Order: sequence, then structure tokens, then C-alpha cells
Amino acid sequence: MSDVKKFMYLNRRAPYGTIYAWESLEVVLIGAAFDQEVSLMFVDDGVFQLVKGSDTSELDMKNFTPTYRTLGDYGVRHMYVDKASLEARGLTQDDLVEVAWEDWETEEEVDNIVEIVDSEQIAKLLAESDVVFSF
Amino acid sequence: MADLYTVNKSPFEKNSLEDAIRFSTEGAAILLIEDGVYGAMAGTAVSDLVANTTGRKFYALRPDLKARGIAEDRLIDGVELVDYAGFVDLVAECDKVQAWL
Repeated sequence: MSDVKKFMYLNRRAPYGTIYAWESLEVVLIGAAFDQEVSLMFVDDGVFQLVKGSDTSELDMKNFTPTYRTLGDYGVRHMYVDKASLEARGLTQDDLVEVAWEDWETEEEVDNIVEIVDSEQIAKLLAESDVVFSF
Repeated sequence: MADLYTVNKSPFEKNSLEDAIRFSTEGAAILLIEDGVYGAMAGTAVSDLVANTTGRKFYALRPDLKARGIAEDRLIDGVELVDYAGFVDLVAECDKVQAWL
């Protein structure tokens, strides 16, 4: 289909301290309903959005970290994480949530679509996108 | 008692923590809250800000660490965790509060 566009959501802010991460997630969930090719990119403090083990019970805020794990079910096909940003924060893939994906028609499955990429790959992925939404 | 310096911004994004330390006096209490708690993590590119500072006592707000999935064993040695009541105690004990945003 030629009318399918590549949407890239670029996330560069930490969760909970500001509203950016939550707003991005809302727009992703809405956009995913329109059958576009949706990818998420996590750079700088944005990588903190995917850190697992969040507990907001003492914060009077909704814990939206588990929502990332469901994105595969909403048609999000790729979640990319900047290697340099992760390393600067002392984090590894083990610290991040896992997001499974399955194509209901072809039954193609991917256990975890969270993928660590370097800056050269990120530049290419952003350049190849039709639209980049920045948060 | 010296002042209480609160820092609520990520040290990877802003220099609020660096400035709070730089402009604090001997014996100061520096409390990391909200996105500021990332400054309490060991093994990061900015860990030295806290780890190499002497003559200051560092605190981090536990509820904000928990919300961000940062376990206590990942913190820099010497950082003391406080809850909301501990935050209030620090405010009461210190001469005044300086908020570094």
C-alpha cells in the first residue's frame, strides 16, 4: 500500500518528571489505530522511559511503564534505543522492558522488538522516516 | 545548620545539580527529587558530580526513585534515602531552602 507512511516517534525526555513521555505514549496509541508503520526511538533521557520495575504508588501518578510492553499489540513494529545514551546512564538491555510483537495474519512473531542501535543507524532510520514526531 | 538545596532536574539534561553543588557551602544538605534522582545513580557519565564532592550530605527522595525503577543498590555510596516525612524534617532542620530548578 503506497498510502502507508513511516511514522517515527522520537523520545528524549525522562518519564514522570515532565509530561512529555506520557503525551508521546498517548499519541503513539492513537496513531497506531490508523494502520501506519509506527516506530519509536529512545535517545538521551528518553531511554529512562523503558527502565522496568517502576512503582509510582507513593507518587499519586499513574504508572504508565507497563503500557510500553503492550505497544506490540497496538501495531508498533520497532522500538529503537540509542546505545550511547544507554551507556552514559550505566544501563544495559537487561534493565529495559521487553516488548513482544506478533502479526495476527501471518503469525510472524518477535519476542522482543526493543533493539539497541548506534548513532549511524539512528541517523539512517530518522532520515528514512516520512514523519518524525519529537517529544 | 547550613541550607537545604533541592535539585529536580536530570543531570544529563541540565546543569542544576552541578550548579547546586558548586554554589553550596560546607555542610550543606543536597536533596535530589523528581528527575534530579538520576544524579544519585552509580556508574553513569555524571556519577562523579556526587561521588567526588566532599563536605556535603546528599539525599534522594525514595518515592521518586521507585517511580523511575531505580533500585537502591544502584545508588552512589553515601546517598541517604528519605521519604516525604524526611523531606519535611530536612526543611525544618536547615536554615532555609534553595531550589535549583
